[in-house]
This record gives sequence, C-alpha cells and structure tokens, in this order.
Amino acid sequence: MVWSWIPQNWSLIWQYTLDNLLLGLIPPLIGLAVSLPLGIACVRWRLLYPPALGLASAIYALPSLALFVVLIDYTGLGNLTVIIPLALFSLCILLPAVVDGLRGVPEPVRQAATAMGYGELRRLATVELPLAIPVVNAGLRIAVVSSISLASVGQLIGVSSLGYFFIDGFQRDFPTEIYVSIALIILLALLCDLVLVGAGRLLTPWQRSRTRTSPRPAIAPEVWPGQA
Amino acid sequence: MSFLNFAWDWLKAPAQWHGSDSIPIRILQHLGYSGLSLLVAAAIAIPLGVLVGHTGRGSYLVVNLANIWRAIPTLGFLILMVVLIGFSILTWLVPLVVLAIPPILVNTYEGVAGVDADLKDAAYGMGMTQWQVVRKVELPLATPLIVLGLRTAAIFVIATATIAAEIALGGLGRYIIDGLASNDYAEVAGGAVVIVVLALLVQLLFVGVRRLVVPAGLRKQARASR
Repeated sequence: MVWSWIPQNWSLIWQYTLDNLLLGLIPPLIGLAVSLPLGIACVRWRLLYPPALGLASAIYALPSLALFVVLIDYTGLGNLTVIIPLALFSLCILLPAVVDGLRGVPEPVRQAATAMGYGELRRLATVELPLAIPVVNAGLRIAVVSSISLASVGQLIGVSSLGYFFIDGFQRDFPTEIYVSIALIILLALLCDLVLVGAGRLLTPWQRSRTRTSPRPAIAPEVWPGQA
Repeated sequence: MSFLNFAWDWLKAPAQWHGSDSIPIRILQHLGYSGLSLLVAAAIAIPLGVLVGHTGRGSYLVVNLANIWRAIPTLGFLILMVVLIGFSILTWLVPLVVLAIPPILVNTYEGVAGVDADLKDAAYGMGMTQWQVVRKVELPLATPLIVLGLRTAAIFVIATATIAAEIALGGLGRYIIDGLASNDYAEVAGGAVVIVVLALLVQLLFVGVRRLVVPAGLRKQARASR
C-alpha cells in the first residue's frame, strides 16, 4: 500500500468517483420510473404479472458484460451502453418490489379509503403507494448498491468509472490502486444505501413507532439479487 | 440488426466448432468453473444456513453480511487476487465461491427460520429428535427457497466467470475479451450470443430442478393458495 498515491492522484480519483456515482444512480432511477407504472398495471391486471416477471427474471440472468457488448453496436462506447443494461437489471429488481409492496396493502385499509369516498386514482396516490414505500425502497437500495458495484465492469468496454483503477493497477502491477478503488466502491455503495434508508424513514413517518418491533428486512428473499 | 449478422457469421464458421478454442470446449470450461464454484459454495452455505436458521444464532450477522457482499465489485476482486497471489485455481475459485455463498446462505436461513413453529412443535410431540426435525421437517420445507438461492448464485457465478476472462481464465468470456482486444466485433457478438443462450438454459434447468426436489405436498399447497 503506497499511501502517497492517493493525494498525488486526487483529482483523477474524484473524477472517476463521480463517474461511478452517476453510473450507479441513473439506472435505478430509470428503473424506478418504468417499474412504478408497470407494477401498478401488473397489480391492476393480474394476468400481466406472470409474463412480465418471467421476462424480468430472464433478463436478470444475463451477464452484464454480454449485454454491454451487445449494445456496443447500437449505442457505441458511451455511457448509455452501460446505463441501459443496469437500468434493465434495476427494473428486474424493482418490478417485484412495486408489485409486492402494492399487494401488501391490507384490504381493510383499501376498503376504508373507498368508504371515505376516495376514487381509485386518489386511493392509489395517497394511500396505496405511500404504504408500499418500505418495500419499494428496499428494492431501490438493492438496485443502487448493485449498480454502483456493477458500473465498474463497464471499464472493460472503456466506459470510465472507478473500475479504471482496477485495469490500470492490473497492467502496472500496482495493488494500491486496486485497494483504493475497491474500498471507494464499497464505501460509495454503503453511503448511498444509508441515504436511502434515511429517505425511507423521512417518507414514512408513521412507521417510526413500529420499526423496532420488526427487524426483519421488508424485502422478500426471492428478490435477493445476484448479478455480476 | 448488424449485431446478429456479425454473430451469425462468426457462429457458422467451422473454426468455431473444432479445436481447443472451439465453442463446445469453451462451454464445458465455463460450466466447469461455474459448477465447481457453486458446489463448493453450496457445501459451505447450506449447512451454515440450516445451523443459523435452526438455532437462530447469528441471524443478524447473516442478513447484514449479505447486504455488504452485494457492494463488492467482482472485477476488482478478481484482479486483486491475480495481483496478490498470481494465477492458480484459487485465483478465480475464491472470488466465485465467496460471491456465491450469500444468496444460498440467506435463502437457506430464511427457509429454515420461516418454518411454522407449530409444525416443529408437532414434530417434537411425535417424538422426533432435533436432528430428525431438521432433516424431515425443516429441510424439506426450506427446499423451494434453497433452490432459489442456488439459482441466484448460479446467475452470479456464470456472470462473474465471464468477467474472469479478463484475468486470463478460459470459458466463454474469452471470446468477448479477446474480441475486444483485437477489435474483432464478430467474435465479441458471437461470444455474447452463446453466453446469453447458456445463461437462459441454466435458468430453465433450475426450473426443472425445482420441480424435482420440492416435495409434492408443498407443490400442491402452492397451487391451492394461488
């Protein structure tokens, strides 16, 4: 470990950290923007969900590197080539989260809203979606953490991220670079995870009194992600 | 659709089907690396998951370790191994196994810990020993989740083995890495198609495995509750 390498390359490290952060955050946001309407549709029209889920889990099974290189022909060697596959993976994680979250809203709650004169759209926006936040947020955390870590694979096709230091450290046989970049990626991922946990708490004030009684993760184990 | 044209031209060339660099050999290598890693990971993670799920000790640790694991960049892990210990079987086996353990461990734990307490009480009431309860009640009831964990781990391992071509491992990732290095897009495209097909076939295989190993009673129950 050569500590002096860090201050000497500070600006480069900072730039690649930002690149990595963007590549890790944009795809889950796109995934969320698509999975919300799609998930709502899947809950509304039940028959839609099994094929949508099947397609999602099939896409999820594909190695990221293979998807990157397939896209090279269409989107070139730019950021989009990494963003699109990562957005697809995020969608695969978020779709079941949105559907499970909405389906988890207790039927009496739904009926109470209807009895109070809520129309379907208003009930969805002010009752069902807010109650689904914990489960959706659990999915979003997984999507963000995996995207930040996966973005570094994009370096193999030349899309810059902290993965730059893996390849550079490999070619120069200089482990310091590799230690620092791995540490930064894990740190970045955990930091974003913490921010999302905080945001989730802020968005669901009614949960605060209950959280302590249920330490189990809100997400179903079936969506445990395993993409590389 | 020039991508598919590239891939097709490359795939139908006879050179791809004979010799040490041919597609069948590369598929076998890829399945070999993945299968071995999955086997080692399962041998560690399933007993450990049953132990934690049965006793309830260490459950907090299991769930949280699994969350951190997700942040580990696989490419960095592989490259670090080469730089530190050079290239041997451990260079790729250790990262692949380490990355495959969490999904199997967490799912096994969830499966065993989620078994209805009444069922366990009934089993003890029938005179079963602790070991019999694990083997005849908890494990069978946990199989759907264990298979799911293995499936997720398989996705992980196949994808990581692809990336491992960067550190000179064989397998199907070679076509992508070599093709990129020599600007041969046909090779890259062809390799990507083979990997995609292989990944999908392995997923199908797990759907079949699930049918085979999940107890008939559980399958009936799942159908009834649908």
